[in-house]
Amino acid sequence: MIMAVASGKGGTGKTTLATGLARALVGEFPEVALWDCDVEAPDASLFLHPDWMDEKEAVLLCPEVAPEVCSGCGACAEACQFHALMVFNKQVTVFPELCHGCGSCALVCPEQAIAERPRSLGILQRGGSPAGIRCARGKLDIGQPLAVPVISQLKRWQSGETGNPVIIDAPPGASCPVVESMRGSDAVILVTEPTPFGLHDLKQIYRVTQALGLVAGVVINRDGVGDQGVEDFCRDHGLPVLMRIPYDPDLARGLASGKTLVDIDASFEMQLRELFQRVKDMVLEREGR
Amino acid sequence: MKEIVVLSGKGGTGKTSLTAAFVHLSSLEDPPCRLVVGDTDVDASNLELVLSSRQRSRGEFEGGKLAVIDQKVCTACGTCQEVCRFDAIPSSQGEFRVDPLACEGCAACVYQCPEGALTLQQQIAGEWYHADAEGIPLFHAHLFPGQENSGKLVHLVKEKAQAYSRERDYQLLLVDGPPGVGCPVISAVSGADLALIVTEPTASGLHDLTRILETTDHFDVRSMVCINKFDIYPEGTDDIEQLCRSQGRAVVGKIPYDPSVTFAMVQGFPVTKAYPGSPASRAIARTWKIVMEWECVSQERC
Repeated sequence: MIMAVASGKGGTGKTTLATGLARALVGEFPEVALWDCDVEAPDASLFLHPDWMDEKEAVLLCPEVAPEVCSGCGACAEACQFHALMVFNKQVTVFPELCHGCGSCALVCPEQAIAERPRSLGILQRGGSPAGIRCARGKLDIGQPLAVPVISQLKRWQSGETGNPVIIDAPPGASCPVVESMRGSDAVILVTEPTPFGLHDLKQIYRVTQALGLVAGVVINRDGVGDQGVEDFCRDHGLPVLMRIPYDPDLARGLASGKTLVDIDASFEMQLRELFQRVKDMVLEREGR
Repeated sequence: MKEIVVLSGKGGTGKTSLTAAFVHLSSLEDPPCRLVVGDTDVDASNLELVLSSRQRSRGEFEGGKLAVIDQKVCTACGTCQEVCRFDAIPSSQGEFRVDPLACEGCAACVYQCPEGALTLQQQIAGEWYHADAEGIPLFHAHLFPGQENSGKLVHLVKEKAQAYSRERDYQLLLVDGPPGVGCPVISAVSGADLALIVTEPTASGLHDLTRILETTDHFDVRSMVCINKFDIYPEGTDDIEQLCRSQGRAVVGKIPYDPSVTFAMVQGFPVTKAYPGSPASRAIARTWKIVMEWECVSQERC
């Protein structure tokens, strides 16, 4: 069972919910895993404090042209859709930061003058938290634009773990890194806040879950601030509101200091286990149909 | 023309609420600051929701391209699937199809298909808008859900706003940036004169602050820090101030947690307009004054 925790708007409480959920489930599922796919701002470890036992580089295969073999024909530059190769005076220049690692240039080169070499984009790490949660995360290097390959390599590195609950902490937004994080999940928990910004961005991410055909439910964080817009939207679209976390200064302080929901208030453990069960039931119901 | 980009690393720290308030405050100055504003958080473009704006023009955003298979020509040899590194060409019962959400538009399949059955088709991935927010030009955009190339759309919004500012001799371009440190942020930060980083005193806020500061340094953009909701966790605020001191960065504002920010958002206004006397409004006004003074000083130096 893979559950992604996502939100259109940033800062709505994805990591709060994902880490709380992992913490609440570890008693019943000692093998519960949390994959932090918010590779631009990977913060789940600040709450779970894992020891990283194992790490590897996230890489992109980028072209390297052998000048003595290259005839300067320009086929590579023509094939590259990302303008990562340029031919001038029969000489090829590579712009690695524009490369998407598709390998098309190497395939079209009639002289086989292009070899692909891995270029580091970031780091993948995995290990266990003191509570026993199996943590994994990707971390994009500063100055690197491409988050998606880091996310996909993290997920591939962790695949095979799917017998136990896996919680994916997704990045904010509604574009390609979010799609990559949610792809292959059984369900998505959408965390939002009951404000006009929260509603606007919930609509965006909801369309992504629809496009991916994923089971989705909503958690309203900071319940009590703002207005009714989110509740109305959920009701009108048959989106179940699975849980409400009230706005509470003590909770805000506890989270700010790096504690999980469960460690701040033990009553969250039961609520989060119920949340997990409800989402699981929704997935089973969908599969049964 | 100077360009200030508002960034945060971590999402939801208050970039848009602050930007909206700055826009409002600039209109109160005497003479009013000639400012153009751009919302480059194209995944979650919320600025418009709190600036009463009227759309003046719009345009389509051509995002990436998508591979399309002509099933009449396809012999189901599977070459496309083999060469695709994005798992974007699944097959079932001998029929290959392109998953539009996975396709990178790299055209490896187009070049390798022995039958020439694949072509690339341009996608419309979003829209950009030019609006009038009570006399202040606003450029913003909407990336269709699930699309790629948000960095390219960020670039487009900035380009439109920059061209408009330059042609009409505006003093300042204020850019509301996206969260994170990757592709859209790199587009938003490149070419800016100053990055105003809005952070919050939380474990995540501090961690992501260090990453966005490394990013602004990497791209040689000067940065200043503003701590939002500084009073929800004073220990966290101390940590941020200590970090800034040790790196020689200015903390230009400490804004208290104030429910009037959300009340104003619900009404569709910047907090400084709806609740000018509120604690948050007063702190935001002080911050804006410091930022503007700093900009004036730097202009004189230039």
